[in-house]
Amino acid sequence: MNLKNKLLSSYIAFDDYLEADSPVHDLKNKAIKIFESEGFPTKKQEDWKYTSLNSLLKADYSLSPRRDHDLEFKDVKRYFLHDIDTYKIVFVDGVYSSFLSETTHEKMDVCLLSAAMSKPKYKPVIEAYFNKIAPEDSLTSLNTAFAKEGAYIYIPKHREVEKPIEVINFSTGNEAALMLQPRNLIVVGENAHVQIIERHQSLSDNPVFTNSVTEIFAEKRAFVDYYKIQNDRITASLIDNTYISQEGQSNCRVHTFSFGGNVTRNNLNFYQKGERIDSTLKGITILEGKQHVDHNTLVHHIEPNCESHQDYKGIFGDASTGVFNGKVIVNKEAQKTDAFQQNNNILIDDKATINAKPQLEIFADDVKCSHGCTIGQLNEDALFYLRTRGIAKKEARALLMYAFANNVLQSVKIPELKKRINKLIAEKIGVNMGFDL
Amino acid sequence: MGKFTEDDLKKELETKEYEYGFYTDIASDTFPAGLNEDIVRAISKKKEEPEWMTEWRLESFRHWLDMEEPEWANVKYKKPDFQAISYYSAPTTKPKYDSLDEVDPELLDTFSRLGISLEEQKRLAGVAVDIVMDSVSVATTFKKTLAEKGIIFCSISEAIKEHPELVKKYLGTVVPQKDNFYAALNSAVFSDGSFCYIPKGVRCPMELSTYFRINQAGTGQFERTLVIADEGSYVSYLEGCTAPSRDENQLHAAVVELIALDDAEIKYSTVQNWFPGDKEGKGGVFNFVTKRGLCEKNAKISWTQVETGSAVTWKYPSCVLKGDNSIGEFYSIAVTNNYQQADTGTKMIHLGKNTRSTIISKGISAGKSQNSYRGLVKISPRAKNARNFSQCDSLLMGNECGAHTFPYIEVSNPSAQIEHEATTSKIGEDQIFYCNQRGIETEKAIALIVNGFSKEVLNKLPMEFAVEAQKLLEISLEGSVG
Repeated sequence: MNLKNKLLSSYIAFDDYLEADSPVHDLKNKAIKIFESEGFPTKKQEDWKYTSLNSLLKADYSLSPRRDHDLEFKDVKRYFLHDIDTYKIVFVDGVYSSFLSETTHEKMDVCLLSAAMSKPKYKPVIEAYFNKIAPEDSLTSLNTAFAKEGAYIYIPKHREVEKPIEVINFSTGNEAALMLQPRNLIVVGENAHVQIIERHQSLSDNPVFTNSVTEIFAEKRAFVDYYKIQNDRITASLIDNTYISQEGQSNCRVHTFSFGGNVTRNNLNFYQKGERIDSTLKGITILEGKQHVDHNTLVHHIEPNCESHQDYKGIFGDASTGVFNGKVIVNKEAQKTDAFQQNNNILIDDKATINAKPQLEIFADDVKCSHGCTIGQLNEDALFYLRTRGIAKKEARALLMYAFANNVLQSVKIPELKKRINKLIAEKIGVNMGFDL
Repeated sequence: MGKFTEDDLKKELETKEYEYGFYTDIASDTFPAGLNEDIVRAISKKKEEPEWMTEWRLESFRHWLDMEEPEWANVKYKKPDFQAISYYSAPTTKPKYDSLDEVDPELLDTFSRLGISLEEQKRLAGVAVDIVMDSVSVATTFKKTLAEKGIIFCSISEAIKEHPELVKKYLGTVVPQKDNFYAALNSAVFSDGSFCYIPKGVRCPMELSTYFRINQAGTGQFERTLVIADEGSYVSYLEGCTAPSRDENQLHAAVVELIALDDAEIKYSTVQNWFPGDKEGKGGVFNFVTKRGLCEKNAKISWTQVETGSAVTWKYPSCVLKGDNSIGEFYSIAVTNNYQQADTGTKMIHLGKNTRSTIISKGISAGKSQNSYRGLVKISPRAKNARNFSQCDSLLMGNECGAHTFPYIEVSNPSAQIEHEATTSKIGEDQIFYCNQRGIETEKAIALIVNGFSKEVLNKLPMEFAVEAQKLLEISLEGSVG
């Protein structure tokens, strides 16, 4: 039985478990129908031209894992940003772990989506926001149909969250192969500030296939700083669908650090629904082996006087493949838009491949839109200069790679996280620089 | 000063009629509408083609039947009914002339109204013109001069008869019969076109050129051009087009194949000014063209195009850089106005080592038009030290038009160096103000700025053509919108 059929038949069982009067019941039924008719995307679709899911769909994934996990904090401590205090929402094999988490309901809600869906107290928020910006494509619909668990973060007006929130999905390997479909809903009220760190981590070498959907709503003047750390094992694959709706004068920044995983696909979509919005999308990708990362971004400028900045850096070694598919749409009304998109790539090894498709679709005349895309190598002259200074070749190369990625790293606002990512990059490049950038 | 506002400009532009829209009344020999194997056979017979050519056409036709019209382009139009088109039309007045005096005076008049008087060109410009009126070549000049050098420049139907070995060897090698829907259609029904062969080591002494016109109502035109530059040779080839004003949509599906053997260089320039439809978007030519060149070792192919006409343009002049050290270039200006839609760009396929390519694309959109750049730069795993530079700039005039960029970059060799940049802008108010301040009217200022914007490409055109290209830019953007 292929994965699609398996999903469809298990939905019937899953459906029984749902309460018929649940507000999302119809939504889910509709979503599964969309998935049924569309199926998994194939390379024939323009958006999936460079990424094939075929290799992922073969495994016999367990859809509802057993609940007997026993993770000790010390075993997973290194995956947390443990040197500072944070809120934590932790899921183990898709199930909430209250033991590892640290949630709150004080003046804001940092908790579970399942709890929010079942309690009448949250009903207005769920009704106003849940599945409101997620489009009806096949993978998002698949997630909507099965969405049961995930983070629910609601920050009310004028509230500045004092510490970062970590959302971590562990998979333990209790199952031979596991499919996870976390669903996060994040609502940031007017003038509120929040920092969120998201991570998916597999703890064993059993295959994991995650199809995650995150909806983020930034109300007027809200500030959202979102970090995605993708440093999973080579057996783990991730399709990350993130949809961000921004109201006037809000500022959203998403940083994606892709260092690990088998196939990683990031669908990152920004919809600017007010004036004077600022959107930032940045990413560092460092790959080796046969890894594949696909960044598919969309910034939709709907209203005038908004800005967007994209900056993605990629370093590709061995036989890895990278894809950057960035799209900027500027509506007719969105005059005075300032959209900038940059994508720089370095290929290190013979078999590495990069496919880039930076698109602009512009319908307004008074705009400043530009994009740049480069693919090249480390500068030989710079390398030579460093060597003449007595720096070994490996370190010299590493230094240049650091420098290459540094632009993106500089805008990370949590110092501890920055340090952590520095360390990850050093590990990835295989040298110890002996200093922090 | 300052009286001439942007709105005035826009209005003037909208009402600017297609100047070259007139219809020459020449008795034509036209086939009934529709397409089937019999029609393909009949076309072939009409052209007195050998058996192998008929077979080749039929094979293409069979492929075509299995193919579907491409829909991926960023254009919207009512699909032509391929069974409602007549696939052959040729002026019935005798197709061969020794001197211009024998040519139908009405035809000559047409050309002089277009400002391309043959005499003038013969005497002053030194351009050999192979005029294609609808489909059959009616006049070929300077043939003798060329023949002395061993250069073959004739219509493709003549070449099929006179030089079958060359045609057989190269036809369909760069654009295979089943390459795409329109290429297959063209392969099956191409009516005529130009053939050019430059022998080894010869530098063609003059710019070769052809003029195409779509003339007969309801006839599609299917040109086939084949240019072969043998080892170490050089040729510069010009192609220019204008068409009479017509209400129904006319289909044009041409195929151009360029072959540059070792150390050869081909420069192919196009000025295209087909009827773009009126300001309501009614009528206009559908231009679905497949143009591709193949570069062997150290060869160079350079495409330069100025696209101002056609209701719908679907055109991607490409270079396959097969040989080591070969060079591909693409310079393009695409102007769209009113309801015109253009989806144009290039493909640079790097196969050989040390191959280089340059892409400069300038899009200017005005009125309610849509202008897209779609390009592919592909570096194959064996293409060491490949180098590409792409630049796509768009100029928007008014906020009802759109400019789009779809660059595809696929790199599988780490030694490649690829740069791509794109910008979108409008004509700055400060730029206009500066010009006004210097006593230059707004209209002139805009022309000046547009000219500057497209200069990089205009400079690449041969002298004779650059003048005409500027003329065409003026027609499309005269009293240019701000």
